[in-house]
Amino acid sequence: MAPKAATGRTSRNPDLIRGVGKFSRSKMYHKRGLWAIKAKNGGVFPKHDPKPAAAETPAKPPKFYPADDVKKPLVNKRKHKPTKLRASITPGTVFILLAGRFMGKRVVFLKQLTSGLLLVTGPFKVNGVPLRRVNQSYVIATSTKVDISGVDLGKFDDQYFEKEAEKKKKKGEGEFFEAEKEEKKVLPDDKKDDQKTVDAQLIKSIEAVLDLKTYLSARFSLKSGMKPHELVF
Amino acid sequence: MPFKRYVEIGRVALVNYGKEYGRLVVIVDVLDQNRALVDAPDMVRGQMNFKRLSLTDIKIDIPRVPKKKTLIDAMEKADVKNKWESSSWGRKLIVQKKRASLNDFDRFKLMLAKIKKGGLVRQELAKLKKENAA
Repeated sequence: MAPKAATGRTSRNPDLIRGVGKFSRSKMYHKRGLWAIKAKNGGVFPKHDPKPAAAETPAKPPKFYPADDVKKPLVNKRKHKPTKLRASITPGTVFILLAGRFMGKRVVFLKQLTSGLLLVTGPFKVNGVPLRRVNQSYVIATSTKVDISGVDLGKFDDQYFEKEAEKKKKKGEGEFFEAEKEEKKVLPDDKKDDQKTVDAQLIKSIEAVLDLKTYLSARFSLKSGMKPHELVF
Repeated sequence: MPFKRYVEIGRVALVNYGKEYGRLVVIVDVLDQNRALVDAPDMVRGQMNFKRLSLTDIKIDIPRVPKKKTLIDAMEKADVKNKWESSSWGRKLIVQKKRASLNDFDRFKLMLAKIKKGGLVRQELAKLKKENAA
């Protein structure tokens, strides 16, 4: 593609108003030196032959003509950015989970994943919450922070938390009568080890602060007289 | 039951409504039946309805509508800040503010401390009961 404005080429015809140039067509002819180009070429404008077009391969007739006209969806090239985090959420913040199995538990925030979800851990030994993803909306961020500098979080991403692809079960008559074999989902050992390494560092920084461990092992609940809109978290 | 706290020039009052809620001000002039001119070291002097003021026991010695510098010197001389913070009303307000600003972790630590204190008190009580019974 030819460069759009080759090294500072600007229009020689300044705008008086948008759409109206200062100089007329004849003036511009002279300004651009088109007379000199013509003179050089013997009174006519130089002609450039069109570039030879690449030989078109004869298109093969398609194998299949669809019966109905199917509408093609429009192209969408938008890329998602991870959700914007609230200012109160920084790595090492203690969260209060508001929904789900671990409702009311106080957990430590590790990092935000590319999907926008927040990676969080109990630590597991302290309150039974494993490495888990959590949505920002279901979380209260307290102002208590834990030192998280010694923890290596490089290997955790959304892929780590994907469900295992289920093996296809063959349907057979016998299986309807037999009781379905319960395959208990056991957590693979390497995931358990990941949990342990992450927690080892965290527990050291937690035990450095007085009462923080008991704080994390207790659940949060709203008591009589507590007004959430007046509470400072 | 006569009145003990009078509206007078130099009376320190607490603002109990409006933009200046919770501020200690000095009554510097009386404008009419309902309003006073009120001033504080870090505030622009302005008028306020008496209904917005709660009078305190503290009074300082100032001329009517003093200059800011005179007002500040008089407040230092009378030690208004310390008198207020050591009074029971002032102390209560300080405690209220502290309680409102407690973090979730602070509230948890407070709960642990209360339980501990209660336990100690109960221990002592049990000891005394035993001594009494014996």
